[in-house]
Amino acid sequence: MTSDIKRGVSLYSFQHETFQGKMSLEDCFKTCADMGALGIEIIGEQTFWGWPEANVDEAKIDEWHSLIAKYNATAVSHDFMLDYKRYKGKMMPFEEQVASVKKDIDFGARLGMKYIRALVSIAPEVLVAAAPYAEEKNIKILIEVHAPLHFDHPWIVRHAEAFEKSGSDALGFLPDMGMFLFKFPPVWKERFIRNGVPQKIADYIETAYEDRVLSEYVILNVREMGGEGPALGMAETLRHNAAFEPKRMLDYMHRIHNVHGKFYQMDEDLVEPSIPYDEIVKVLKQGGYKGYICSEYEGNRWIEDAQEVDSVEQVRRQQEMLKKLIGEPAPTTIAA
Amino acid sequence: MFDKMMLCDEGFENVVDNGEVTGFSLLARLPYYRGLGLSMIEDIGLTIDGEAVARENVRFSVRGRSWTLDELETVYDDRWNFGEKATVIVKRPGGLTPGAHKVEIAVRMRVSYLPFVPTTKTARELQLAA
Repeated sequence: MTSDIKRGVSLYSFQHETFQGKMSLEDCFKTCADMGALGIEIIGEQTFWGWPEANVDEAKIDEWHSLIAKYNATAVSHDFMLDYKRYKGKMMPFEEQVASVKKDIDFGARLGMKYIRALVSIAPEVLVAAAPYAEEKNIKILIEVHAPLHFDHPWIVRHAEAFEKSGSDALGFLPDMGMFLFKFPPVWKERFIRNGVPQKIADYIETAYEDRVLSEYVILNVREMGGEGPALGMAETLRHNAAFEPKRMLDYMHRIHNVHGKFYQMDEDLVEPSIPYDEIVKVLKQGGYKGYICSEYEGNRWIEDAQEVDSVEQVRRQQEMLKKLIGEPAPTTIAA
Repeated sequence: MFDKMMLCDEGFENVVDNGEVTGFSLLARLPYYRGLGLSMIEDIGLTIDGEAVARENVRFSVRGRSWTLDELETVYDDRWNFGEKATVIVKRPGGLTPGAHKVEIAVRMRVSYLPFVPTTKTARELQLAA
Protein backbone atom coordinates (compact mmCIF):
# COMPACT_ATOMS: atom_id res chain seq x y z
CA MET A 1 0.00 0.00 0.00
CA THR A 2 1.35 3.37 -0.88
CA SER A 3 0.35 6.57 0.81
CA ASP A 4 -1.06 9.89 -0.30
CA ILE A 5 1.88 11.83 1.12
CA LYS A 6 3.41 14.05 -1.55
CA ARG A 7 6.99 15.23 -1.96
CA GLY A 8 8.07 18.84 -2.28
CA VAL A 9 11.03 21.13 -1.69
CA SER A 10 11.36 24.43 0.09
CA LEU A 11 13.71 26.53 -2.03
CA TYR A 12 15.22 27.58 1.32
CA SER A 13 17.21 24.37 0.78
CA PHE A 14 19.18 25.96 -2.07
CA GLN A 15 19.99 29.20 -0.23
CA HIS A 16 23.74 28.63 -0.43
CA GLU A 17 23.54 28.59 -4.23
CA THR A 18 20.80 31.18 -4.76
CA PHE A 19 22.48 33.67 -2.41
CA GLN A 20 25.50 33.68 -4.69
CA GLY A 21 23.46 33.68 -7.87
CA LYS A 22 24.70 30.20 -8.75
CA MET A 23 21.16 28.86 -9.19
CA SER A 24 18.35 30.76 -10.86
CA LEU A 25 14.69 30.26 -10.04
CA GLU A 26 14.37 28.04 -13.08
CA ASP A 27 17.40 26.00 -11.99
CA CYS A 28 15.60 25.39 -8.69
CA PHE A 29 12.39 24.30 -10.41
CA LYS A 30 14.21 22.02 -12.82
CA THR A 31 16.22 20.45 -9.99
CA CYS A 32 13.06 19.70 -8.02
CA ALA A 33 11.21 18.38 -11.06
CA ASP A 34 14.11 16.05 -11.88
CA MET A 35 13.71 14.58 -8.40
CA GLY A 36 9.97 14.21 -8.84
CA ALA A 37 9.42 16.67 -6.01
CA LEU A 38 6.66 18.75 -7.51
CA GLY A 39 5.54 20.80 -4.52
CA ILE A 40 7.35 24.12 -4.30
CA GLU A 41 7.58 26.13 -1.11
CA ILE A 42 9.37 29.46 -0.82
CA ILE A 43 10.21 32.15 1.67
CA GLY A 44 8.52 34.90 -0.28
CA GLU A 45 11.11 37.55 0.45
CA GLN A 46 14.02 35.24 -0.33
CA THR A 47 12.72 34.43 -3.79
CA PHE A 48 11.16 37.79 -4.60
CA TRP A 49 13.29 40.89 -4.06
CA GLY A 50 11.32 43.80 -2.67
CA TRP A 51 8.78 41.83 -0.68
CA PRO A 52 7.26 42.94 1.64
CA GLU A 53 8.44 46.55 2.12
CA ALA A 54 8.89 47.47 -1.53
CA ASN A 55 7.52 46.50 -4.92
CA VAL A 56 7.98 43.12 -6.51
CA ASP A 57 8.75 43.17 -10.21
CA GLU A 58 5.63 41.96 -12.07
CA ALA A 59 7.85 40.09 -14.54
CA LYS A 60 9.13 37.95 -11.65
CA ILE A 61 5.59 36.95 -10.74
CA ASP A 62 4.92 36.06 -14.38
CA GLU A 63 8.09 33.97 -14.42
CA TRP A 64 6.91 32.13 -11.31
CA HIS A 65 3.62 31.19 -12.94
CA SER A 66 5.28 30.13 -16.17
CA LEU A 67 7.71 27.88 -14.25
CA ILE A 68 4.86 26.31 -12.27
CA ALA A 69 3.18 25.50 -15.59
CA LYS A 70 6.35 24.40 -17.41
CA TYR A 71 7.41 21.92 -14.73
CA ASN A 72 3.88 20.83 -13.82
CA ALA A 73 4.63 21.90 -10.25
CA THR A 74 2.30 22.89 -7.42
CA ALA A 75 2.72 26.13 -5.50
CA VAL A 76 2.53 24.89 -1.90
CA SER A 77 3.48 27.62 0.52
CA HIS A 78 4.64 31.22 0.78
CA ASP A 79 6.50 31.49 4.09
CA PHE A 80 6.10 34.99 5.48
CA MET A 81 8.02 36.62 8.29
CA LEU A 82 5.93 39.49 9.79
CA ASP A 83 8.61 41.75 11.19
CA TYR A 84 6.80 42.97 14.26
CA LYS A 85 10.07 44.55 15.38
CA ARG A 86 10.22 46.79 12.29
CA TYR A 87 10.16 49.90 14.48
CA LYS A 88 13.12 50.30 16.76
CA GLY A 89 12.12 50.09 20.40
CA LYS A 90 8.43 49.64 19.66
CA MET A 91 6.39 46.55 18.88
CA MET A 92 4.24 46.79 15.75
CA PRO A 93 0.65 47.52 16.87
CA PHE A 94 -1.89 44.68 16.69
CA GLU A 95 -3.98 46.12 13.87
CA GLU A 96 -0.91 46.71 11.74
CA GLN A 97 0.23 43.12 12.32
CA VAL A 98 -3.15 41.85 11.14
CA ALA A 99 -2.99 44.12 8.08
CA SER A 100 0.50 42.81 7.35
CA VAL A 101 -0.71 39.19 7.47
CA LYS A 102 -3.53 40.12 5.06
CA LYS A 103 -0.92 41.52 2.68
CA ASP A 104 0.88 38.18 2.79
CA ILE A 105 -2.40 36.37 2.18
CA ASP A 106 -2.79 38.48 -0.96
CA PHE A 107 0.79 37.73 -2.00
CA GLY A 108 0.26 34.01 -1.44
CA ALA A 109 -2.93 34.14 -3.51
CA ARG A 110 -1.12 36.04 -6.24
CA LEU A 111 1.41 33.19 -6.43
CA GLY A 112 -1.33 30.55 -6.43
CA MET A 113 -0.27 29.15 -3.06
CA LYS A 114 -2.39 26.85 -0.92
CA TYR A 115 -0.79 27.96 2.32
CA ILE A 116 1.17 30.74 3.90
CA ARG A 117 3.55 29.94 6.74
CA ALA A 118 3.49 32.02 9.93
CA LEU A 119 6.50 32.01 12.25
CA VAL A 120 5.88 30.43 15.60
CA SER A 121 6.43 33.63 17.57
CA ILE A 122 3.34 35.33 16.10
CA ALA A 123 0.47 35.68 18.57
CA PRO A 124 -2.63 33.54 17.99
CA GLU A 125 -4.92 36.59 18.16
CA VAL A 126 -3.24 38.06 15.07
CA LEU A 127 -3.82 34.90 13.04
CA VAL A 128 -7.39 34.46 14.26
CA ALA A 129 -8.14 38.06 13.23
CA ALA A 130 -6.76 37.41 9.74
CA ALA A 131 -8.54 34.05 9.30
CA PRO A 132 -11.79 35.33 7.71
CA TYR A 133 -9.74 37.10 5.03
CA ALA A 134 -7.71 33.93 4.44
CA GLU A 135 -10.95 31.97 4.00
CA GLU A 136 -12.11 34.50 1.45
CA LYS A 137 -8.88 34.06 -0.52
CA ASN A 138 -8.89 30.28 -0.15
CA ILE A 139 -5.59 30.28 1.73
CA LYS A 140 -4.74 28.54 4.96
CA ILE A 141 -2.40 30.17 7.48
CA LEU A 142 -0.14 27.57 9.05
CA ILE A 143 1.92 28.31 12.10
CA GLU A 144 5.29 26.60 12.02
CA VAL A 145 5.77 24.41 15.07
CA HIS A 146 9.54 24.57 15.38
CA ALA A 147 12.01 23.58 18.10
CA PRO A 148 12.38 24.52 20.90
CA LEU A 149 8.59 24.68 20.75
CA HIS A 150 6.59 21.49 20.25
CA PHE A 151 3.02 20.23 20.30
CA ASP A 152 2.82 19.98 24.10
CA HIS A 153 4.26 23.42 24.74
CA PRO A 154 1.72 25.80 26.34
CA TRP A 155 2.32 28.39 23.58
CA ILE A 156 1.31 25.86 20.90
CA VAL A 157 -1.57 24.58 23.02
CA ARG A 158 -2.77 28.18 23.23
CA HIS A 159 -2.66 28.45 19.43
CA ALA A 160 -4.55 25.17 19.07
CA GLU A 161 -7.24 26.34 21.49
CA ALA A 162 -7.57 29.68 19.72
CA PHE A 163 -7.85 27.93 16.33
CA GLU A 164 -10.60 25.61 17.59
CA LYS A 165 -12.46 28.45 19.26
CA SER A 166 -12.35 30.49 16.06
CA GLY A 167 -14.11 27.71 14.19
CA SER A 168 -12.02 28.58 11.12
CA ASP A 169 -10.45 25.85 9.05
CA ALA A 170 -8.13 28.45 7.51
CA LEU A 171 -5.84 28.10 10.55
CA GLY A 172 -3.46 25.21 11.03
CA PHE A 173 -0.01 23.88 11.75
CA LEU A 174 3.16 23.27 9.79
CA PRO A 175 5.43 21.08 11.92
CA ASP A 176 9.19 21.33 11.34
CA MET A 177 10.77 17.89 11.70
CA GLY A 178 13.81 19.43 13.40
CA MET A 179 11.83 19.18 16.66
CA PHE A 180 12.34 15.42 16.52
CA LEU A 181 16.10 15.63 16.94
CA PHE A 182 16.90 12.17 18.26
CA LYS A 183 20.69 12.51 18.08
CA PHE A 184 23.12 15.39 18.21
CA PRO A 185 23.82 16.12 14.52
CA PRO A 186 27.35 15.07 13.51
CA VAL A 187 27.78 18.21 11.37
CA TRP A 188 27.08 20.36 14.43
CA LYS A 189 29.58 18.49 16.55
CA GLU A 190 32.27 18.70 13.88
CA ARG A 191 31.71 22.45 13.45
CA PHE A 192 31.93 23.07 17.19
CA ILE A 193 35.19 21.11 17.33
CA ARG A 194 36.56 23.25 14.47
CA ASN A 195 35.45 26.30 16.46
CA GLY A 196 37.65 25.14 19.34
CA VAL A 197 35.55 22.83 21.54
CA PRO A 198 37.83 20.22 23.13
CA GLN A 199 37.09 16.67 21.88
CA LYS A 200 36.35 15.44 25.40
CA ILE A 201 33.69 18.08 25.95
CA ALA A 202 32.16 17.57 22.50
CA ASP A 203 31.93 13.81 23.17
CA TYR A 204 30.33 14.47 26.55
CA ILE A 205 27.67 16.78 25.10
CA GLU A 206 26.86 14.30 22.36
CA THR A 207 26.46 11.48 24.86
CA ALA A 208 24.47 13.63 27.30
CA TYR A 209 22.12 14.54 24.46
CA GLU A 210 21.56 10.89 23.65
CA ASP A 211 20.96 10.23 27.34
CA ARG A 212 18.35 13.03 27.30
CA VAL A 213 20.03 14.89 30.17
CA LEU A 214 18.35 18.20 31.00
CA SER A 215 20.06 21.02 29.09
CA GLU A 216 20.75 23.08 32.22
CA TYR A 217 22.65 20.19 33.84
CA VAL A 218 24.72 19.71 30.69
CA ILE A 219 25.61 23.41 30.59
CA LEU A 220 26.68 23.35 34.24
CA ASN A 221 28.74 20.20 33.71
CA VAL A 222 30.48 21.68 30.69
CA ARG A 223 31.30 24.76 32.73
CA GLU A 224 32.76 22.55 35.45
CA MET A 225 34.81 20.67 32.84
CA GLY A 226 36.43 24.03 32.08
CA GLY A 227 34.34 24.71 28.99
CA GLU A 228 33.95 28.27 27.81
CA GLY A 229 33.03 30.18 24.64
CA PRO A 230 32.30 27.64 21.91
CA ALA A 231 31.96 24.77 24.42
CA LEU A 232 29.18 26.62 26.22
CA GLY A 233 27.68 27.51 22.84
CA MET A 234 27.59 23.83 21.93
CA ALA A 235 26.01 22.92 25.28
CA GLU A 236 23.44 25.70 24.89
CA THR A 237 22.13 24.17 21.65
CA LEU A 238 20.43 21.72 24.02
CA ARG A 239 18.21 24.55 25.22
CA HIS A 240 16.83 24.97 21.72
CA ASN A 241 16.61 21.38 20.55
CA ALA A 242 15.16 18.17 21.90
CA ALA A 243 13.95 14.73 20.92
CA PHE A 244 10.24 15.37 21.04
CA GLU A 245 7.94 12.55 20.01
CA PRO A 246 6.62 12.37 16.42
CA LYS A 247 3.48 10.72 17.82
CA ARG A 248 2.48 14.04 19.39
CA MET A 249 1.45 15.19 15.91
CA LEU A 250 -1.42 12.71 15.89
CA ASP A 251 -3.75 14.85 18.02
CA TYR A 252 -3.41 17.66 15.49
CA MET A 253 -3.61 15.87 12.16
CA HIS A 254 -6.82 17.65 11.20
CA ARG A 255 -4.91 20.93 11.22
CA ILE A 256 -1.54 19.78 9.84
CA HIS A 257 -1.46 20.65 6.13
CA ASN A 258 2.22 20.96 5.31
CA VAL A 259 5.43 19.54 6.78
CA HIS A 260 8.98 20.88 6.78
CA GLY A 261 11.35 18.04 6.03
CA LYS A 262 14.16 19.72 7.96
CA PHE A 263 17.52 17.99 7.77
CA TYR A 264 21.12 18.79 8.56
CA GLN A 265 22.86 16.11 6.56
CA MET A 266 21.97 13.17 4.38
CA ASP A 267 24.62 10.48 4.28
CA GLU A 268 25.40 8.39 1.22
CA ASP A 269 23.29 5.54 2.56
CA LEU A 270 20.28 7.91 2.43
CA VAL A 271 19.98 8.29 6.20
CA GLU A 272 19.61 11.52 8.19
CA PRO A 273 21.66 10.51 11.24
CA SER A 274 19.87 12.76 13.73
CA ILE A 275 16.20 12.89 12.67
CA PRO A 276 14.21 9.62 12.59
CA TYR A 277 12.42 9.92 9.27
CA ASP A 278 11.31 6.26 9.27
CA GLU A 279 9.40 6.87 12.49
CA ILE A 280 8.14 10.28 11.31
CA VAL A 281 6.70 8.99 8.03
CA LYS A 282 5.12 6.05 9.88
CA VAL A 283 3.32 8.46 12.19
CA LEU A 284 2.22 10.71 9.30
CA LYS A 285 0.78 7.67 7.51
CA GLN A 286 -0.96 6.55 10.67
CA GLY A 287 -2.50 10.01 10.94
CA GLY A 288 -3.72 9.83 7.34
CA TYR A 289 -1.57 12.77 6.25
CA LYS A 290 -2.14 13.68 2.61
CA GLY A 291 -0.08 16.84 2.23
CA TYR A 292 3.49 17.55 1.18
CA ILE A 293 6.72 16.92 2.98
CA CYS A 294 8.92 19.74 1.74
CA SER A 295 12.67 19.22 2.02
CA GLU A 296 14.30 21.89 4.12
CA TYR A 297 18.08 21.54 4.02
CA GLU A 298 19.77 23.48 6.80
CA GLY A 299 23.22 21.93 6.80
CA ASN A 300 25.01 24.58 4.79
CA ARG A 301 25.64 26.88 7.73
CA TRP A 302 27.33 24.04 9.65
CA ILE A 303 29.81 23.02 6.95
CA GLU A 304 30.40 26.12 4.80
CA ASP A 305 33.57 27.03 6.77
CA ALA A 306 35.23 23.72 5.91
CA GLN A 307 33.90 22.33 2.65
CA GLU A 308 32.00 23.15 -0.50
CA VAL A 309 28.24 22.98 0.05
CA ASP A 310 26.26 20.82 -2.37
CA SER A 311 22.63 21.49 -1.49
CA VAL A 312 21.30 19.78 -4.61
CA GLU A 313 22.96 16.46 -3.78
CA GLN A 314 21.76 16.72 -0.18
CA VAL A 315 18.17 17.33 -1.23
CA ARG A 316 18.38 14.57 -3.84
CA ARG A 317 19.38 12.08 -1.15
CA GLN A 318 16.56 13.16 1.12
CA GLN A 319 14.04 12.87 -1.70
CA GLU A 320 15.29 9.34 -2.44
CA MET A 321 14.81 8.48 1.22
CA LEU A 322 11.33 9.98 1.29
CA LYS A 323 10.36 8.15 -1.88
CA LYS A 324 11.23 4.85 -0.21
CA LEU A 325 9.58 5.68 3.09
CA ILE A 326 6.39 7.00 1.56
CA GLY A 327 6.04 4.06 -0.81
CA GLU A 328 6.84 1.30 1.61
CA PRO A 329 4.03 -1.00 2.76
CA ALA A 330 2.11 0.28 5.75
CA PRO A 331 2.86 -1.68 8.92
CA THR A 332 0.16 -4.16 9.87
CA THR A 333 0.25 -3.22 13.50
CA ILE A 334 0.94 0.25 14.68
CA ALA A 335 1.83 1.10 18.22
CA ALA A 336 -0.22 4.09 19.30
CA MET B 1 25.67 31.83 7.91
CA PHE B 2 27.27 33.20 4.77
CA ASP B 3 29.88 34.89 7.01
CA LYS B 4 32.69 34.69 4.51
CA MET B 5 30.43 35.86 1.69
CA MET B 6 29.58 39.16 3.39
CA LEU B 7 32.61 40.85 1.83
CA CYS B 8 32.93 40.89 -1.93
CA ASP B 9 36.37 40.80 -3.55
CA GLU B 10 35.31 43.17 -6.30
CA GLY B 11 34.22 46.78 -5.92
CA PHE B 12 36.74 47.83 -3.24
CA GLU B 13 37.79 51.26 -4.44
CA ASN B 14 38.33 54.91 -3.61
CA VAL B 15 35.43 57.30 -4.09
CA VAL B 16 36.19 60.32 -6.23
CA ASP B 17 33.93 63.35 -6.06
CA ASN B 18 34.68 66.35 -8.32
CA GLY B 19 38.23 65.15 -8.81
CA GLU B 20 38.79 64.80 -5.10
CA VAL B 21 39.15 61.47 -3.25
CA THR B 22 36.54 61.69 -0.48
CA GLY B 23 36.67 58.17 0.83
CA PHE B 24 36.34 54.55 -0.26
CA SER B 25 33.62 51.99 -0.81
CA LEU B 26 33.14 48.25 -0.79
CA LEU B 27 30.43 45.75 -1.67
CA ALA B 28 28.76 43.76 1.09
CA ARG B 29 25.95 41.22 1.42
CA LEU B 30 23.60 40.60 4.32
CA PRO B 31 24.59 37.38 6.13
CA TYR B 32 21.07 36.00 6.30
CA TYR B 33 18.79 33.53 4.50
CA ARG B 34 16.38 36.33 3.58
CA GLY B 35 16.54 40.09 3.07
CA LEU B 36 15.68 42.66 5.70
CA GLY B 37 13.80 45.95 5.76
CA LEU B 38 16.36 48.71 6.22
CA SER B 39 14.93 49.90 9.54
CA MET B 40 16.10 46.59 11.03
CA ILE B 41 19.76 47.06 10.07
CA GLU B 42 20.99 48.27 13.43
CA ASP B 43 24.65 48.75 12.62
CA ILE B 44 27.37 48.15 10.07
CA GLY B 45 30.70 48.26 11.84
CA LEU B 46 33.90 48.50 9.83
CA THR B 47 37.55 48.27 10.75
CA ILE B 48 40.28 49.09 8.22
CA ASP B 49 43.81 47.92 8.97
CA GLY B 50 42.84 47.66 12.62
CA GLU B 51 41.33 51.13 12.79
CA ALA B 52 37.61 51.36 13.58
CA VAL B 53 35.47 53.55 11.31
CA ALA B 54 33.14 55.95 13.14
CA ARG B 55 29.44 55.16 12.61
CA GLU B 56 28.72 58.65 11.29
CA ASN B 57 31.24 58.21 8.50
CA VAL B 58 29.41 55.23 6.99
CA ARG B 59 26.77 55.43 4.26
CA PHE B 60 24.74 52.51 2.91
CA SER B 61 23.56 52.38 -0.68
CA VAL B 62 21.41 50.05 -2.77
CA ARG B 63 20.04 50.57 -6.27
CA GLY B 64 21.01 54.24 -6.42
CA ARG B 65 19.59 55.31 -3.06
CA SER B 66 21.81 55.98 -0.07
CA TRP B 67 21.47 56.74 3.63
CA THR B 68 23.52 57.26 6.77
CA LEU B 69 23.23 54.47 9.34
CA ASP B 70 21.08 56.70 11.55
CA GLU B 71 18.77 57.42 8.62
CA LEU B 72 18.43 53.69 7.89
CA GLU B 73 16.68 53.20 11.21
CA THR B 74 13.53 54.86 9.90
CA VAL B 75 13.56 53.61 6.31
CA TYR B 76 10.41 51.51 5.97
CA ASP B 77 10.07 51.37 2.19
CA ASP B 78 13.24 49.67 1.03
CA ARG B 79 15.27 46.59 1.74
CA TRP B 80 18.66 44.96 1.71
CA ASN B 81 17.55 41.99 -0.36
CA PHE B 82 18.66 38.38 -0.14
CA GLY B 83 22.13 38.09 -1.66
CA GLU B 84 22.05 41.71 -2.81
CA LYS B 85 25.40 43.49 -3.03
CA ALA B 86 25.07 46.80 -1.24
CA THR B 87 27.66 49.57 -1.53
CA VAL B 88 29.04 50.63 1.83
CA ILE B 89 30.71 54.02 1.54
CA VAL B 90 33.18 55.39 4.09
CA LYS B 91 33.92 59.10 4.31
CA ARG B 92 37.71 59.49 4.60
CA PRO B 93 39.41 62.40 2.84
CA GLY B 94 42.24 61.07 0.69
CA GLY B 95 40.81 57.55 0.68
CA LEU B 96 43.08 54.54 1.02
CA THR B 97 46.39 53.69 -0.63
CA PRO B 98 46.23 51.20 -3.51
CA GLY B 99 46.98 47.59 -2.59
CA ALA B 100 46.12 45.30 0.31
CA HIS B 101 44.02 46.35 3.29
CA LYS B 102 42.62 44.26 6.10
CA VAL B 103 38.88 44.85 6.17
CA GLU B 104 36.58 43.74 8.97
CA ILE B 105 32.82 44.07 8.77
CA ALA B 106 30.18 43.39 11.43
CA VAL B 107 26.46 43.66 10.71
CA ARG B 108 23.99 43.85 13.58
CA MET B 109 20.37 43.15 12.68
CA ARG B 110 17.09 43.16 14.56
CA VAL B 111 15.31 39.90 13.80
CA SER B 112 11.76 39.76 15.12
CA TYR B 113 11.64 36.08 16.05
CA LEU B 114 15.09 35.77 17.65
CA PRO B 115 15.47 36.11 21.42
CA PHE B 116 18.73 38.04 20.86
CA VAL B 117 20.12 40.64 18.44
CA PRO B 118 22.69 38.88 16.26
CA THR B 119 25.92 40.39 14.97
CA THR B 120 27.70 38.56 12.17
CA LYS B 121 31.24 39.48 11.24
CA THR B 122 34.03 38.53 8.96
CA ALA B 123 37.49 39.85 8.07
CA ARG B 124 39.63 39.54 5.00
CA GLU B 125 42.41 41.23 3.12
CA LEU B 126 41.02 43.04 0.10
CA GLN B 127 42.93 44.61 -2.77
CA LEU B 128 42.19 48.23 -3.53
CA ALA B 129 42.63 48.93 -7.22
CA ALA B 130 45.21 51.58 -8.13
